[in-house]
Amino acid sequence: MRDLAVLILWVAAGSAVGGLARFFVSGLVARAIGETFPWGTMVVNITGAFGIGVLAALARRQGLLIFPEAWSIAATGLLGSYTTVSSFSLQTLALAREGEWLRAAGNIVLSLALCLGAAALGMAAALEAAGESGL
Amino acid sequence: MTGAGRERPRWRALRDGFLLYLAVALGTAIGGVARALVSAAAIELAGSGFPWGTLVANVVGSFVIGFYATLSAPDGRLFVGARQRHFVMTGICGGFTTFSMFSLETLHFATAGHYRMAALNVGISVVAWLAAVWLGHALATRINRLRGT
Repeated sequence: MRDLAVLILWVAAGSAVGGLARFFVSGLVARAIGETFPWGTMVVNITGAFGIGVLAALARRQGLLIFPEAWSIAATGLLGSYTTVSSFSLQTLALAREGEWLRAAGNIVLSLALCLGAAALGMAAALEAAGESGL
Repeated sequence: MTGAGRERPRWRALRDGFLLYLAVALGTAIGGVARALVSAAAIELAGSGFPWGTLVANVVGSFVIGFYATLSAPDGRLFVGARQRHFVMTGICGGFTTFSMFSLETLHFATAGHYRMAALNVGISVVAWLAAVWLGHALATRINRLRGT
């Protein structure tokens, strides 16, 4: 029970920071590039996927994540909450409802390809840096 | 006098900005913790062979944001301020759903050589997310049109 309370606390702390970072970054990108296409959400999701790839590689290499709570705060909390599917879904729906089918499809394909690619790249880069080859 | 006149709106803007960020942080903390609990429950119930927890969170979060966004839109039935909208949508829904965990779990399938499971996770997830957000939107649209216009 105490473990659960501690887990909740760590996830809550990481999530609060992750959510603020998403709000800040997506707003920044949207203001810089414009809002005809949801670049803000995409930038957030790509960078978050890269980060979680790095973290997963570090977690695989024992000892690199010193505290067992590190995964709760950094992965489940911070990066998990930094990225979002709900905004992606809502923005894709909005594009489709406006008849912007090409942009809606582009948002789906680009988000999937770039996020999966970023997670793989993050993991490969961290493993390489940690002295392991390949995935 | 002009100084005081200038300062009041500035403090007000500062306070509103602070409360907006507080709403986002609080909402995301609630959403993130709820996702962690759903993921833990899913592993208890269905094991860790398939990332059901992330799928459920992302589908439910997509439904809720579709529903709430339409219900609280300018022509919707629910009258709420920008802060409450950000609390629910940016905060709770944003924290509850996660693209990074979905990416990592898909990558884990792929690196383990389970390419079909990776493709299945992507296919099922995207279709379910978009169906859920559309369903939420469609339901709220019907509620907005109900009686007493």
